Amino acid sequence: MDATTAHEPMRAESKTGVERKSDRELVVSRTINAPAHVVFEAWTRPELFQRWWVPKSFPVSLLSCELDARVGGRYRLVFGHEGSTMEFFGTYLEVAPHSRLAWTNDEEEAGPVTTVTFEETGGRTLVVVRDLYPSKEALDDAIASGSTGITAMPESLEQLDGLLASLDASAAPAPDEARG
Amino acid sequence: MVQCVSAGLDVSFAALSDPTRRGVLERLGRADASITDLATAFQMTLTGMRKHVRVLERAALVTTEKVGRVRTCRLGPRRLAEETAWMEDYRQLWDARFDELESVVEEFKRKEKVDGRDNGA
Repeated sequence: MDATTAHEPMRAESKTGVERKSDRELVVSRTINAPAHVVFEAWTRPELFQRWWVPKSFPVSLLSCELDARVGGRYRLVFGHEGSTMEFFGTYLEVAPHSRLAWTNDEEEAGPVTTVTFEETGGRTLVVVRDLYPSKEALDDAIASGSTGITAMPESLEQLDGLLASLDASAAPAPDEARG
Repeated sequence: MVQCVSAGLDVSFAALSDPTRRGVLERLGRADASITDLATAFQMTLTGMRKHVRVLERAALVTTEKVGRVRTCRLGPRRLAEETAWMEDYRQLWDARFDELESVVEEFKRKEKVDGRDNGA
């Protein structure tokens, strides 16, 4: 078993696939080593969801996470980064236990509808996340803005930090800074 | 080397300094178009549009292909590279996210097993 793994040239780096399926659709897929009901729980129970949605390697924290995973139920995520916050929210359109979820992304004007499907084979689950934008322009804009949801935020906030620092510098130094 | 890079940037900046050329890029972002389409859209002569397209081509922002009498323009490798870079960022985000999901479900599976035993006892 170990020998096989060692000799396989490891497809680890391509475990997660991303593809622009059409002008207005982005598709992400990955097989998770767990049955569908377990994976589904991790997507719908806030106490589990909040433990993985923001990867630890990202300098962003999930300050609050409300998921009412029922058709018509709302969700709301608040991210924090060095004192600033950003909210993501929307409504669940479909909730089919252990097989399918869909929700709107209402924090932006032309946000996509996200559909997630869970397909179990031999105790493993293929998870496919589809972001369907209202138009080609909307997806192009999302790409052009450089925003990947949470990844763009640290940068944009750093820019804001930089701006605030330059404003500070032009004003009288704060007492703390003068001491330091 | 540094000169090569800065020469490349000069070409790009020069290409992007013109509002018509920026308009052409925006339009090609929506769909490929022939020189004639572009000339009509920007109310220009064919010769004038050909010049603009040649500048964009030199900066690798646009590529063209002549089929029969029609020269079709599309976004070039540099614009496509931006999209590719974004897709890679996006993939890395999801890859990291799914790695954490794996560890959460692992723990959940173990707990489920223990709970199952408890219930059975």
